[in-house]
Amino acid sequence: MENVVLHVNDVVKTFGGLHALSDIDLDVREGETHAIIGPNGAGKSTLLNVCIGRLKPDSGVVVFDGEILTGKKPHEINQLGVARIFQTPEVFLDLTVLENVMVPALAKRDGAFKMNAYWPISGEKNLRGEVEALLEDMGLADQANQVASTMSRGDKRRLELAMGLVQKPRLLLLDEPTAGMARHDTNATIDLLKKIKASGMTKVIIEHDMHVVFSLADRISVLARGKIIAQGTPDEIKEDPKVREAYLGEEQV
Amino acid sequence: MMGGNSVRGDWLLLAGFAFVVLSAGNFSISGFDYTGWATLIGAGYPDLLQKFAIYGIFAIGFNILFGLTGYLSFGHAAFLGVGSYASVWMFKLFTMNVIPAVLFSVIVAGIFALIIGFVSLRRSGIYFSIITLAFAQMSYNLAYSVLTPITNGETGLQVRHLAPADRAPDYVLKLVDEDLRWVDQAFGVVEHGIPITNLFGIKMSGFEGFYFCAVLLIIGFFISIRIARSNFGMMLKAIKSNQNRLNYTGINTRPYLLAAFVVSGMYAGLAGSLLAVTDPLAGAERMQWTASGEVVLMTIMGGAGTLVGPVLGAMIIKYFENIFSAINDNILQGIFSALPESLQEIMVAVVGMFVGDGWHLTLGLLFMIIVIFLPGGLMEGARRIGGLFLRSPKVSAAKSTAQPAE
Repeated sequence: MENVVLHVNDVVKTFGGLHALSDIDLDVREGETHAIIGPNGAGKSTLLNVCIGRLKPDSGVVVFDGEILTGKKPHEINQLGVARIFQTPEVFLDLTVLENVMVPALAKRDGAFKMNAYWPISGEKNLRGEVEALLEDMGLADQANQVASTMSRGDKRRLELAMGLVQKPRLLLLDEPTAGMARHDTNATIDLLKKIKASGMTKVIIEHDMHVVFSLADRISVLARGKIIAQGTPDEIKEDPKVREAYLGEEQV
Repeated sequence: MMGGNSVRGDWLLLAGFAFVVLSAGNFSISGFDYTGWATLIGAGYPDLLQKFAIYGIFAIGFNILFGLTGYLSFGHAAFLGVGSYASVWMFKLFTMNVIPAVLFSVIVAGIFALIIGFVSLRRSGIYFSIITLAFAQMSYNLAYSVLTPITNGETGLQVRHLAPADRAPDYVLKLVDEDLRWVDQAFGVVEHGIPITNLFGIKMSGFEGFYFCAVLLIIGFFISIRIARSNFGMMLKAIKSNQNRLNYTGINTRPYLLAAFVVSGMYAGLAGSLLAVTDPLAGAERMQWTASGEVVLMTIMGGAGTLVGPVLGAMIIKYFENIFSAINDNILQGIFSALPESLQEIMVAVVGMFVGDGWHLTLGLLFMIIVIFLPGGLMEGARRIGGLFLRSPKVSAAKSTAQPAE
């Protein structure tokens, strides 16, 4: 069996009386693309938020590569090599597109804090070259010096993705990377994610769009009412009667 | 902001800034008398020009915190006051030379800012503002009460005559009234009455005092340009834009904020020190919340987050304070003397509310007009006017969005 990179162990999270997550066990293996699917309100985003330290679970732990993430601060978790792409783009609206990607690139290179207050950032030629190459790949090069607030929503989502990719994280968590995108953009994003997959980056992806899930995922976990009801390869999931009942039934893959 | 030519642009900006600042005052070199531009606008007094430079430094430093990170401190006057006290103590104990005093003040204000910043940066937004305000008011009240042996309470701390050399060593309790100036005494400096501050023999009053402040203003402006263009500056702007996201990007925002807070506290300490250099006394009222509010007004009025704006705001507020507060009823009666007597009295009464002690009413109106019509401050106004003269509106729009920190 391959190495387990992310291990979610017996995680429980309640909001008031609501069991958002109950006894979640999940293993993500090195290099795989693991999709988490489930109907609205199944607890997918809650699970992701527990993984990156935004929410503290009531019990249970999340272990990444031997380190317990539970209780760590968001920046510490990122510095361990876990990057997250947000569902609604959370970019730095007042900064240029180039700067938006420079920030995570600097965080990766210089760590959580480095006082470099004298030399201008325009002198970071190497890093800037890397960032520009990435923007070129993402089709954002012509907007590099534009302020992010002027971008379209779809472009912001791609910028968001670039901000995660520039860190070359060991684990990339994607929260509905294609939500709200036009079909054309969705396909472009799938192609891009396939390219990343070829590079061997481990990914956890939350997605509604079955087209996206079945074109990308190596394994799928199905979440319903805070519980994992099925786990397996895309083909196994398609055939699973419980999944059909809980989720796929209405969608007809 | 990250364009290839911005570094050259910044040097031009610095050169232009230095030229404008240095050409403000009057001086004479080997018989040639130069009269600065400040005289043309009726501001050619050393006292006023010193204030322009000092409050310019204060506002530049405040802007590094507020303009870049968006954290609105309502207690920066505390650092101003600490800087003043520290300098006066250096004058009293060691030497009337201003260099040690300035250095000591900047260091003390920096340490003070480290402590206050460490506590208050645990919160953001309005709570941060309130905590800084509370700290400043505490400092103000302490200066009046338990710290009287250091601050000399209501009278304020002043440079005094030397203690007699044959006095028994019970100085410590008298230090607020009698000075030692060990270093000056060791070098055998003779004092007649109360000495004034000097820079290796050059007296720091009049235009010499202004030029000392002006040089420090230019250095302070230079440092603020470097900070704004650096990696550090970009992180501060990212904090203002989306601090939460920055944390998930792997950046620990707390030390960045603390560093910005300390740097801006050191600027305030420098400004406080220069207030003491040009007029060697320090009073607790310098720490009062109105003084903290004033630097907020200066920065917003000039344009928060811009490089030149805060200095412009400081200058305009100090300029109008000087002009409007000098107008009294007699002058008003002179102005309206052409009117019939009853009308003259009404005009004097109405306009009188806005001048003299009531000049804050004018300031308030001015501030409201600027914030409502030019939320980006006077620098936004300047950009809009500049935009009118540019041929291609597209180019100017792109410039103004891509380079907000001009």
